[in-house]
Amino acid sequence: MTDISTQVQPPVETPEKVRNQWWDVWEQFRSHKGAMAGLIFLIFITLFCMLGPVVWDVDPGKLDIRNKDVRPIYTAIWDGDAKTSWARPMGTDHLGRDIMSNIMQGGRISLAVGWTAMILAILIGTLVGVLSGYFRRLDWALMRFTDLVLSLPLLPLLLVMMLLFRDPLRAAFGPENGIFILIVFGIGITSWMQTARIVRGDVMALKEREFVLAARSIGTPPRRMITRHVLPNVLSPIMVSATLGLATAIITESALSFLGLGFPSDFPTWGKILFDSVDRMTAFPERVLWPGLAISLTVLAVNYIGDGLRDALDPRIRGL
Amino acid sequence: MLNYTIRRLVLSIPTLLFIALVIFLLLELAPGDPMGSMPLTIPDDVKQRMREALGLGEPWYTRFYLWLYQFFIVEPQYWIDGAFGTNFANDAQRIISFQSRSPVFDTIAERLPQTLWVVGMSYVVGVAIALPIGIISAYKQYSVFDQAGTFVSMIGFSVPPFFSGVLVIVIFSVQLGWLPSIYDTTHEVVDWQTFKYQLQQMIMPVMVLALQTTAQVSRYMRASMLDNLGQDYVRTARAKGMTESVVVMRHVLRNSMIPVVTVIALGIPSIFGGAIITEQVFKVNGLGQLLIIALQGNDIPMVMTITFLLAVLIVMMNLIADILYGVLDPRIRYD
Amino acid sequence: MKLKTALMGAVATVAVAQMAYADAHEGERGRDGEVKIIYWQAPSILNPFLSGGTKDVESASLIIEPLARYDPQGALIPWLVDEVPTVSNGGVSEDLMSITWKITEGIMWSDGTPFTSADVKFTYEYCTDPESGCAQVTKFEGVSSVDTPDDLTVVVTFDSPTPFPYGPFVGGESPIIQAAQFANCMGAKAPECTDENFGPIGTGPFVVTEFRTNDVIQLVANENYREAGKPAFASVTFKGGGDATAAGRAVMETGEFDYAWNLQLAPDVIASMQEGGLGSPVAGFGPLVERIMLNNTNPDQSLSAEERSVIRPHPFLSDPAVYNAMSLAIDRPLLVEVGYGQAGKVTCNWVPAPAAVNSDTFTCDVQDIAAANAMLDEAGYLDTDGDGVREANGAPMAILYQTSTNAVRQDFQALIKEWWSEIGIDAELRNIDASVFFGGDPGSPDTFQKFYADVEMYANTFNGTDPQSYLANGLCDKAPAPDTQWQGENISRFCSEEYDALHAQLTATADADERASIARQLNDLIVSEGGMIPLVHRGRLSAHANSLGGVDLNVWDSELWNAADWYRTGDNR
Repeated sequence: MTDISTQVQPPVETPEKVRNQWWDVWEQFRSHKGAMAGLIFLIFITLFCMLGPVVWDVDPGKLDIRNKDVRPIYTAIWDGDAKTSWARPMGTDHLGRDIMSNIMQGGRISLAVGWTAMILAILIGTLVGVLSGYFRRLDWALMRFTDLVLSLPLLPLLLVMMLLFRDPLRAAFGPENGIFILIVFGIGITSWMQTARIVRGDVMALKEREFVLAARSIGTPPRRMITRHVLPNVLSPIMVSATLGLATAIITESALSFLGLGFPSDFPTWGKILFDSVDRMTAFPERVLWPGLAISLTVLAVNYIGDGLRDALDPRIRGL
Repeated sequence: MLNYTIRRLVLSIPTLLFIALVIFLLLELAPGDPMGSMPLTIPDDVKQRMREALGLGEPWYTRFYLWLYQFFIVEPQYWIDGAFGTNFANDAQRIISFQSRSPVFDTIAERLPQTLWVVGMSYVVGVAIALPIGIISAYKQYSVFDQAGTFVSMIGFSVPPFFSGVLVIVIFSVQLGWLPSIYDTTHEVVDWQTFKYQLQQMIMPVMVLALQTTAQVSRYMRASMLDNLGQDYVRTARAKGMTESVVVMRHVLRNSMIPVVTVIALGIPSIFGGAIITEQVFKVNGLGQLLIIALQGNDIPMVMTITFLLAVLIVMMNLIADILYGVLDPRIRYD
Repeated sequence: MKLKTALMGAVATVAVAQMAYADAHEGERGRDGEVKIIYWQAPSILNPFLSGGTKDVESASLIIEPLARYDPQGALIPWLVDEVPTVSNGGVSEDLMSITWKITEGIMWSDGTPFTSADVKFTYEYCTDPESGCAQVTKFEGVSSVDTPDDLTVVVTFDSPTPFPYGPFVGGESPIIQAAQFANCMGAKAPECTDENFGPIGTGPFVVTEFRTNDVIQLVANENYREAGKPAFASVTFKGGGDATAAGRAVMETGEFDYAWNLQLAPDVIASMQEGGLGSPVAGFGPLVERIMLNNTNPDQSLSAEERSVIRPHPFLSDPAVYNAMSLAIDRPLLVEVGYGQAGKVTCNWVPAPAAVNSDTFTCDVQDIAAANAMLDEAGYLDTDGDGVREANGAPMAILYQTSTNAVRQDFQALIKEWWSEIGIDAELRNIDASVFFGGDPGSPDTFQKFYADVEMYANTFNGTDPQSYLANGLCDKAPAPDTQWQGENISRFCSEEYDALHAQLTATADADERASIARQLNDLIVSEGGMIPLVHRGRLSAHANSLGGVDLNVWDSELWNAADWYRTGDNR
């Protein structure tokens, strides 16, 4: 029963080195190349979006119609006649807006929406899943509620939320923050169900495992049971849900903008830049390339970090 | 287990009725109007008369009751009549779409073939690719295969179909001219030639959709396999001298299936919900396109019927998943 | 690959072929095989009386036809009749109370039965049945009776003198349906007749063989069509769904389809598609105008629903200095270039077409930010706190600018917001899903009728060539208000006694020149007194394959009005 032994504080074998559990996790995490690469990229892209505008202070909404359709600077390498400019290293769009500052500004919003909506969905999903899997009395009601939310058509649901909450939120938090809260909340409360069902399935199986029975037989209260024994063992599906959830949230936001339920049109997001550029994909491939790469690499980075964390938090792997 | 199944089935009836009520109220509350897609040249008073002709003048509970009656009484009567040539229905009013003024179920039946061909096939293909990828990725963690699988599936998942779909059209239809960019729903497979054409027109939407399924299912499969490969029972099984294939395929796989079964079961209703964006990009005009057009046109009977059928599927699939948990792990009991 | 190269070659020779064999497209009915049409909005029903959607009206026009149509120049031409009745040829009575149509002899329904005046009368009865919810009932407004003295004569009588009697049975929205087929579909039974609504029997060039709602229609040539040797195509596949980009690509880049309807795409996108070399765009101009409506009432958020967008005036928008400055700050030629290209023209008018009613009072094709700023300074709107936004009576001139979700409209919003910011007016942008914006749900705050915003942008037009009912959209009593469930066509809540009186005069005038002159004055009034800021006169842009001949884009009637004359040019594919 290695599971139990890890919970009991192991006897300190090397007294000269203070072995902290989180330090172990970090050590293990650091040895995971993919996770480190992912973490570095994530820090980079976050800094790029957060601090980028300080260095590159071009207004993303500023139209400069004379300088529209400027190609990125590297186009000059193979096409000397292309319209390029050092002042617009990534080029401009069909209205002359600077693409680099749009990617930065769009990244702030996409990352914020992606993370917040994903965390919200994971929190609700895990909570519902664990409660429902662990406490049989709650199971029926919670799972039927999940069925209900799964059945609701997303579009009318969001329209109703818009109708009921947009103006109060706009009044309370201003137009931009109001719509942000609404979108994050909308995506969050409509994407937790899969996580909930998966966690519940795993918890139901775990609950019957010997180590849980053993822990219960020594009188561990449910709360401690869940945090110490159940949750650590359902971490990996949660990690996967989180990674997929981040990608879904970023893409769903762009689909919402497309349907007119998202941010106002002068608010760039990665998904929206990508969507708006699809029509001109052949003539200006860079306009789909940058936002597409940004989304994909962010999701990939989060995925590797998830893998690394999972390995690092698994005591069976850690320290081997 | 049988007891449990029967109890769940019986209890799902009030659940579904409640879901129907909530969906109906949601659609009632949602802003929008079936006349919204009419040209502005039609004056408002004419639109008001058209609304009344659609029955929108009645209060919501009357219309909800009418829908329930039509869905549970009239429509089954028509099916029986159709099957046995009887006349139970006696020309009662069926559920009629606001947009096309035709029976909703006829339209749904019309859309099923292409939905199953494209969305259903993509799901089968996606799961069929995902399971081996997930298993091998976990068994050979951090091998080249695992890294490549992770890379491709995550990129695939994070590229939205409105982009990947258009990209493959530009490459294979516009540049190379190999594949048709518009799906022909009237195409009938009768011989080898027509079958070949069917394959040609299916391949792009199927692959774009399958990529999404593959990414999801393979990630869960891999994660769950990894969890189980480190368990003590695996070591015990190996120590007992079982062959690797028996250990992995029989013991580990079976115990790793719970999250995968959940994901697959949740995915099946969404096959019938169609793939809204992909169908739009390739003009497949399946159930997804039907639903989105109905939503945009506020075609309440159509939206209500499709979403309710989906709700039935969701409830049933989750019931099947719950039963499968018990089969996969006999320690899980519901009684 | 080979197919594509061959096609390229074929395209290159098309231009020559068209000249050389100008008459080669005459011959047997059905000789040119199949023609494929794509509409990115899918038709849901083939009975235009039950759905007013353009997609439904136009697809049905392949099958059922009116007595007279508009041609691409907007002139009336006889279709199923010998001539267009007028006062001078005696077809319209002197007192303007009735119009007499003489049906051409020998016209057959596609089932082989003769087309008679009884069918015309039936169509009138079908649509005006109070329970049918007919979408085209305005076509029959003012009609007191339809009489049939004999099989080939139809007399339409009006209840008051009607200077423009060409509403009933004219144009794609008012086709004739067969009495024998629809006899059991009157009134409340109309929606139940699925077979009839999906497969009407008509006099047009094609007959429906299969109709799949919101997806595809298959048609074959009508064996009983009145003209020998037409239509040239034996069958039609009419596909619906997708988006405008894909439709354009299928015609101009992959050559899978022959005709794509209404490509609302940015001009550079169209141009790059055209480089595919398989098809060409065609544009035509009706009276469609993209405009910014100015709210003449106060949309202040703090007001209650009963007062909001009801109480006049707007805090500052009703001042001519403000709306003229806003208009002057807009660079219309640039808007046309960015948004519509060859399918757009600069306009300063609400009614830019037909040519006779297009006023030449205003010019607005030059942007002048400095003059606009001076205008506002002079009127006393100054930026007193130095934040870049002017103040009106102490409150900043911040406006909410809403429109429906659509790529071109969002580009316009961005551009106009920028220009207005240069004259010290701050605009908050909002875009709303078209089905909510244009849907008249009184429960939603976002409909264009409620106008809970300061300005909003959309396009509107009218059917046919007579603007009388369209101009009625500026009358005081047509303003939407809570007690009418926010129904009404006067979106800007424009209200002027002078305008109302002049419109009353229009309804009583018969002379065409006089009518046009009044229409121009009405247009000038509403534009100069702050009803709206017209932006772009929008055309209809469709595309056809280079191998499809006979296309003559018609914006006054159904685009497919002359599908009977279409033929395949050059060598067959």
